[in-house]
Formats: sequence, structure tokens, C-alpha cells
Amino acid sequence: MLQAIERQRYFIDYSLSSLARRRGKNLGLLTVYSLIVFLLASVMLFTQSLRQEAAAILKEAPEILVQRIAAGRQDLIPAAYLERMGSLRGVSEKRGRLWGYHFDPAIKANYTLMTADQHQLPPDGILIGAGIARARGLGAGDFLSLRGNDGKPAAFRVEGILPAETELISSDLILMAEPSLRAFFGIPDGLYTDLILKVSNPREVRKVAEKLTLLLPDTRPILREEILRTYDAIFNWREGVVFVLLMGALLAFVIFAWDKASGLSAEERQEIGILKAIGWETGDVIRMKFWEGGLISLSAFLLGYLLAYLHVFFADGFLFEPVLKGWATLYPAFRPRPVVDGLQLATLFFFSVFPYTLATLVPVWRAAITDPDSVMR
Amino acid sequence: MVIGGSIRERVARPSNRAMAWFLGLGALLSVSLAHALWFGLDGADPGHGVELVRELGLSDLALFTEARYTRHLSLADSHAAFQDHPLALDHFPTASLAAPPEHLRNPHVAGD
Repeated sequence: MLQAIERQRYFIDYSLSSLARRRGKNLGLLTVYSLIVFLLASVMLFTQSLRQEAAAILKEAPEILVQRIAAGRQDLIPAAYLERMGSLRGVSEKRGRLWGYHFDPAIKANYTLMTADQHQLPPDGILIGAGIARARGLGAGDFLSLRGNDGKPAAFRVEGILPAETELISSDLILMAEPSLRAFFGIPDGLYTDLILKVSNPREVRKVAEKLTLLLPDTRPILREEILRTYDAIFNWREGVVFVLLMGALLAFVIFAWDKASGLSAEERQEIGILKAIGWETGDVIRMKFWEGGLISLSAFLLGYLLAYLHVFFADGFLFEPVLKGWATLYPAFRPRPVVDGLQLATLFFFSVFPYTLATLVPVWRAAITDPDSVMR
Repeated sequence: MVIGGSIRERVARPSNRAMAWFLGLGALLSVSLAHALWFGLDGADPGHGVELVRELGLSDLALFTEARYTRHLSLADSHAAFQDHPLALDHFPTASLAAPPEHLRNPHVAGD
């Protein structure tokens, strides 16, 4: 047993000195290889983390959201619809939500204005998301002036800033008292933006939604499971789009690696010939080359993955920020929480280590089974 | 290169250096996995975010704030990309990242 291990170690010794003889070329290969693994692993870790974060946060979203649709578009929904629903079995709470968008030309950003009765804000008091505070340079006690529905500027006093750890959902939020929001947007009493329903038993949600569409035919219920599915699909889609963009780089690398691994240089063929001439068997040559490929690809996998981990979870995935940001001015500053999916890691390992290692073996085997004399020539 | 040679010989042996290199990288990989388990979503409480979602009845992430149908992806209507006026081409980069509705990508699934 010890002897077998020692034998493999001699092969590794030889492989490493052989790699060191072509140091520049092999270091270049290792760098490009690690970079490819780094990009793939970064996309994988980032999207997985966002997907999990969305699922964890939005699991508390309302079970059913009811929108009123007028001429194919969402419209304000009368509060009377709450009474028209009556008492639906399984619904533990129902209330109206009042919210809307406001475009701020000062920083060319869209805000989401919403009522928050739980906070009991004064008529001119607001709570703002950390994204707005950062973009407008606001702190508690400062005033924010916005142009209201009537064209007149309305000044609001910042009572506080929403916690930074909620930025993924609250970056662009402005919370205010209901009368202030109605006055600002010019929404009369008795109208809401949409309604939310809480259903305690998840098995009753679909039944309640069916009853709603019968009772209120001009409404559209949106279920929490649809919201969660939307986010899952979005991140799958994004992962797919980035992978497609990476495909060019990936193919270039495949050609490069294939060329490097499968086409033996004259020097390498000569080396194999000499090894055979001094008594190495075909199996020994293949083992030596297997270690060469294995050491490079395993190093590239580990280096690439570790760099991706640092990039995503310690540097906030800064390379992806421009892609995610789009044209949004208020991009939430958030640090993705580390999530590692064992299956994804195993897939990445399999596809980054095995193809290269195997690609190195075929030409070596071909060279190693030919006559040493003809190979050396 | 003999078994059990002097320390200098052992350090100089390439396979020993390779072993140290991989042990180091392996240790870092284990640290990253432990870090993910410790600070990841499984171990940590999503905290205030969940409270705020429950309290305000929020339905979406504030990831793409450039347009209303990208800010509230789950509330946008089925033809959100062209909702501003007829034949309005969608010009926000986010829309190229967000998936089309399920019923368009997978017609076999009954539309919700």
C-alpha cells in the first residue's frame, strides 16, 4: 500500500518538474482556467443566494393580493370591495393597501410611496429607505420636498431611515401616514391601490382565490406562491442569460484547453519517446500525464471557486452590479448571504476538472503506444 | 529524493509542496463551507426584512426600481413590457434579464 502511494508520489514529482519546465505556458493556462471557473462559480453563487434570500423574505408576503383590472390595466380598487367579499371562510385578515410611485427628477429615480399606519407618523413625517437616504444625502430630521399631484411642492420631515439590513425590499420606500399619501397623490377616501388577504391554511388559498374571481369578476387575485415562483423564475432566467453571455469566453477556453491538452508539442512527444526508451511503460506515461492534467484542473477549480466566494460574499459581487442595476438609480446596497448548494458545487467540480483531465489522456495514450524510436524522430 | 530524508529534502520534494498546496486550498474550501453554514440563510434569521414584509404586506424586492413593472414584477400585468402605449418597445435593460411569463415559455402549463 505504502509502496503504491510512494510510486504515485514519484509520478507527481516527475509531473510537477515537467510542468515547471514549461512554467510560463502552464501558469497562463492555470490563470485562464481559474478565471473561467471564477466567472461560472460567481454567477452560480450569486443567483443561488438571491433566490434563497427572495424566498426567505417573501415567504411572509400576503397570501392573496387583489387588484382591480379596468380595460386591461390595474386600477384603484374601492374599499367597498372588502364588504362585497363578505366573510370568506379561511380568510383571517383583509385590508386595503395604499401605495404608488413617484418620479423624483432631482436624482432621476422612482420612489415607492406607501402608507404605514403601524408607525403612527405625523402628517408631514416620513420614513425613508436607505437607498433614498444615500442618493439624496438625507438623515433623520432633514426635509424632503416632492412635487405633489396638485403641482405644489410638499415638504416632508424625515422621521427615520428604515434599517439598512432591509434594503433589499425597502431601498426605494417612503412610508407616510394615510391622509398625507391620499393628499399627495389626490386619491379620494374609499379607494385603495390593492387589497391583501391573509389565509391561515395554505390549502384554502386557491379555493379563496376562485371564490374571489366569482364574487368580484373585475379583479385579479395574485397568490403568494405565484410571487415566489416569479422570483425563482427570474433568477433562473438571469443565471441563464449570464451563462449565455459567458458562452463565448467558455468556448474560447474549450478550444484553448483542447488545443493545449490534445495536441502534443514536438517536445512533449520527444519526452514520451525518451521515457519509453528508458523503460517506462505505456501505463506509467499515462499516469504521469493524468497527474499533470489533474493537478492543473483541480488547482483551477479550487482557486476559481474560492475567488468567486470572496467576490460574491465579501466584495458584494461588484462585477455583477452593473448588470443587475440596469437603469435603476436606487440600487439596494446589500451583501448576499452565503449559500452553497452541494449539488451545484459537485456539478461545477465535475465539469471543470474531468473534461480537461480526460482530454490530456487521449493524445498521450496515442503517442505512448507508438514505437519510441518513431516518436523521438 | 529518498523516503524519510532530511527536512530540507522533504520540503524540496515537489509532491510534498503540491500536497501542502492542496491541503491549504482544501482547508480554505472547508472554511468557506463552514462560513456558508454559519452565516448563511439556514443559520441566520432574515430579521427585520421579514417583519417589514409582514407589516406592510410587501410583495417584491427593490432590485429593479427603474420602471413600475420591473419594481413590482409579481404585480405587473401579463403584457407589462408594452403597457405604456401601443407598440411601445421595452427599453429597460432589466426586462432582458427578467423571464417572460410562465405561460409563454411553457404553453403546456395551464395559465394562472
